[in-house]
Amino acid sequence: MDYSLVVAIELLREVAGLILIATGLAVIFGMMRVINIAHGEFMMLGGYTVVLTTKWGVNIWVAILILAPLVVGVFGILVERLIIRHLYGRIIDSLLATWGLSLFLIGFVTVAFGNTVEGVSTPFSSFSVGRYSIAIYTLFLIFAAIAFITSVYLTLRYTKSGLIARATMQNPDMVESLGINSKLVYMATFGIGAAFAGLAGGLLAPISGVVPGMGALLIGKAFITVVTGGAAVVAGTLSASAILGSVSQAVTFATGPVFGDATLLFVALILLRLLPQGITGRIFTRSV
Amino acid sequence: MTRDITRRSMLKTTAAIGAASALPMIPFAAEAGDDIIVGGLHDLSGFIDFAGIPMNQIMLMAIEEINAAGGLLGKKLKGAVYDPQTKMPLYSQFATQLALKDKASVVMGGITSASRETIRPILHRYKTLYFYNTLYEGGVCDRNEISLGTTPAQTVEKLVPYSMGLWGKKVYTIAADYNYGQITAAWVKRYVEQNGGEVVSTDFFPLDVTNFGPTISKIQSAKPDMVMSVLVGTGHLGFYNQWAAAGMKNEIPIASTTFGAAGAELEILKPEVANGILTCYGYYPSIDSPANKEWVAKVNKRYPDKTPLLSELSAFTWEGMMIWADAVRSAGSLDRMKLIEVMESGKTYDMPSGQCAIDPLTHHAIRDVYIADLQDKTYIIKKKFSQVQPADTQLVCNLKETPNANKHYEISLE
Amino acid sequence: MLRAISKDWLGAGFVTVIGLAILFFVPVLFDLFEVLQMTKYVVLALFVLSLAYIWGFGGILSFGQAGFFGLGGYAFAVSSINMGQTTVPFLIAIAVAALFAAALGYFMFYGRLSDVYLGVVTLVVTLILWKLINHTAGPEYVIGTARLGGFNGIPSIPIMTLPWQPDQEMEPSHMFQYFMAILIGVYVLLHILIKSKFGRIAISIRENEVRTGLLGYDVRLYKLAIFTIGGAIGGAAGAMWATYQTFVDPNIFSLEWSALCLIWVMAGGVGTLFGPMVGVLALEYLSFQLGQTDFINNLIIMGVILIFLVLLLPKGLFPTFRDFVTKHWNRRHE
Repeated sequence: MDYSLVVAIELLREVAGLILIATGLAVIFGMMRVINIAHGEFMMLGGYTVVLTTKWGVNIWVAILILAPLVVGVFGILVERLIIRHLYGRIIDSLLATWGLSLFLIGFVTVAFGNTVEGVSTPFSSFSVGRYSIAIYTLFLIFAAIAFITSVYLTLRYTKSGLIARATMQNPDMVESLGINSKLVYMATFGIGAAFAGLAGGLLAPISGVVPGMGALLIGKAFITVVTGGAAVVAGTLSASAILGSVSQAVTFATGPVFGDATLLFVALILLRLLPQGITGRIFTRSV
Repeated sequence: MTRDITRRSMLKTTAAIGAASALPMIPFAAEAGDDIIVGGLHDLSGFIDFAGIPMNQIMLMAIEEINAAGGLLGKKLKGAVYDPQTKMPLYSQFATQLALKDKASVVMGGITSASRETIRPILHRYKTLYFYNTLYEGGVCDRNEISLGTTPAQTVEKLVPYSMGLWGKKVYTIAADYNYGQITAAWVKRYVEQNGGEVVSTDFFPLDVTNFGPTISKIQSAKPDMVMSVLVGTGHLGFYNQWAAAGMKNEIPIASTTFGAAGAELEILKPEVANGILTCYGYYPSIDSPANKEWVAKVNKRYPDKTPLLSELSAFTWEGMMIWADAVRSAGSLDRMKLIEVMESGKTYDMPSGQCAIDPLTHHAIRDVYIADLQDKTYIIKKKFSQVQPADTQLVCNLKETPNANKHYEISLE
Repeated sequence: MLRAISKDWLGAGFVTVIGLAILFFVPVLFDLFEVLQMTKYVVLALFVLSLAYIWGFGGILSFGQAGFFGLGGYAFAVSSINMGQTTVPFLIAIAVAALFAAALGYFMFYGRLSDVYLGVVTLVVTLILWKLINHTAGPEYVIGTARLGGFNGIPSIPIMTLPWQPDQEMEPSHMFQYFMAILIGVYVLLHILIKSKFGRIAISIRENEVRTGLLGYDVRLYKLAIFTIGGAIGGAAGAMWATYQTFVDPNIFSLEWSALCLIWVMAGGVGTLFGPMVGVLALEYLSFQLGQTDFINNLIIMGVILIFLVLLLPKGLFPTFRDFVTKHWNRRHE
């Protein structure tokens, strides 16, 4: 009984992990059709923001919840202005440019801050389930993932800017002719996507090591989750994370991490074969 | 196809071509001359640069040191340093360049086993003496290579009984899923069983795994007396954080043959996560000997800022340089075979890490190893073992019988 | 129309002549080290041709071209270690990669996957291969006498012999010439293929898939054929890479290699065969030169160059250069 509860929590944690790392990428991909390969490095910047600012005496919660998204969001806007805006509609070119950006960021952070910066320790302690003990931070991450998805959903569904964003996504010319500056919408979207990446990096910083190359470990899974999910940001990320995360984690429990990861990829493959436009391309076609 | 080339885009193009063509004009790192060329192949960028940069710094320091003492055979040493960027094709390319073009007298470097196995055959083929200064899984049999790092038979054999004596006989092994991890895990099992204990489970993790939640639950349900960690790389750093976050830090102790091997884990993890992990290596900065204190002071003086992380890897790189320089002086020549014969003569060297000799049968180091407990980023040395033999490689390699061997044996414990 | 075609053949002929000149004169004029370096560029040029063809002339964007490269390399390594010769293993490597491409292509094209999703499927498949081959470190993973070796890869792969001299390992200069001959051969064959009826239909599929389908051509079959040819070329390059390095490791399947291949094609120019080969040469040479310097972290420079390449030369090095030259030529002759 205890064991099944532990397994359930770990399944949720894996799903939450996928949601955290994929949301920022999904916002950018879903709204703008730009694949941001530097997404992993955006998370790394978030992690570094937390690690460095707490070292300078900033409260860890301020660092994770405010500074990480803020710093990376502003950086994202900068990147959009300097690079991405030249590349709209050129999906492959944007891929190459953001790949260059990702190399640049790894090199830059290594030179600027060093590759061995002391991390932060995990906030909260642990709680027991029978003879198991689990970090309270794990639960916190699950709640954070729920908050991620809910906030995106509420913004898109119920606010004016969400409406504009959805409209721009469907028909930028129409939006433009209604007097709205679609360039501004794109810039804001990229900034928000980057901020989500920064926040995710900040949230993960206490439980993973923060090193310049950490993005490479995360980008693959994030990318596959987003593509499997398809164009709808909320429904896509949620459904893909739920399916991929729970199946792969279940296999990990049963056999070990190698086949867990391989299963994640394999399930993604099957889903893409059955639903070539991603899950939301066929099933949740009317969702956001 | 015939899009008009505006003046602006043409200017841009020219600028880009100009920028690109400026780069190849950077002079070669080494130019052949009257100097003795010492080749350095360490990853200075990419995902193991935290190990490569200190090794390179220490190699350059050793070159300066030897030059300050008058060089060798009346000539100055000159470093030919390349950055393979953690890419194997570049490793093979630069190794070829060092051997054929720079005519390096000796090459230091290679960090991962993959990089060593890329460059070792090349340097063997082109008869260029090679020093591999990293701890690894053992088994290289090549008279052209001197391997100074510790192997599992040197460290695991000591660490297992020591930690079992402290904590108990039930061991849970977690290891990186590649050759080093697999072989070391097999040695752990053998030594645990020899000491009357039991390995309750051995789990392997690909190097890119970052989430250890399921494993931590499995360990909790197995309730071992201790965890033996053979985890490698930055992805696996997450284990220690997640272990502490789950409150396991003070429940089940950890011993490791890999933790902090290059020094990085030590810097990245908080003391409250890393304290109490028991390790076993051939070198610790806290070794209490005059030779080591002098050496550490020398490193700090040479690199007052950006001080390199001192670990087996960097310390043995310095030792490699000194052993090579000593051989050149004794032989009075740079001839590769003469140097090898000097080093095979069984001479014992006094080094910062203690006493060290080259085993003529395997070309691996016979050296002192230490067990240390980590407390607040300082290693407290608990026990020293003198003159430990590379018993694993000795099982498969005898260079007296097969001097032309050129192989990396997989040491099987079946 | 006629003039355009003859111009195209002129270009290809010119490239072939340069190639032949390189083949004959490089081993004479350059020393061993430089010949070895150029052999590497030749192998990578063949690898990049596989993607340059399927992307530029079939509109198939594969993010997983390294998968075929790696399969070719591993197939060659395993079979040559087992068989003690290299000619049949070379063919096996090509066949394995081609068959895998055919199976994957069937899965994708008959499932009507399109554009980005097709790219992602190729990427995912390559990642699975990478994960699985990385997991083969244990002693139980043996094929015949060849240990797969996991992360560390397979060392001591035999050096290729000429098909008609199976007992004699090739000298570096012979290997260079042999590989260069293969490269020229593949280049010429691809050029002929592109100019054939098959090639013209392939291009029309790239331009407008629906319309070509409505004209009665089986789009899926054409795409499958193109993809399989690309896979075979990738496999051949992988086998050559394995024998050149005498070593393969799982990183041959990595995202990085797939991405590098993509970058070479883009940098050189999509829609040409010659451009991507220039792309390989330029970027690999640059990376090599950067490795000889240690004034700043190399990733920074490489990253900046990529970004500038996209922003300033969106069409790629070769087409930009060609357009520039043609423009001036035309102006002078107007």
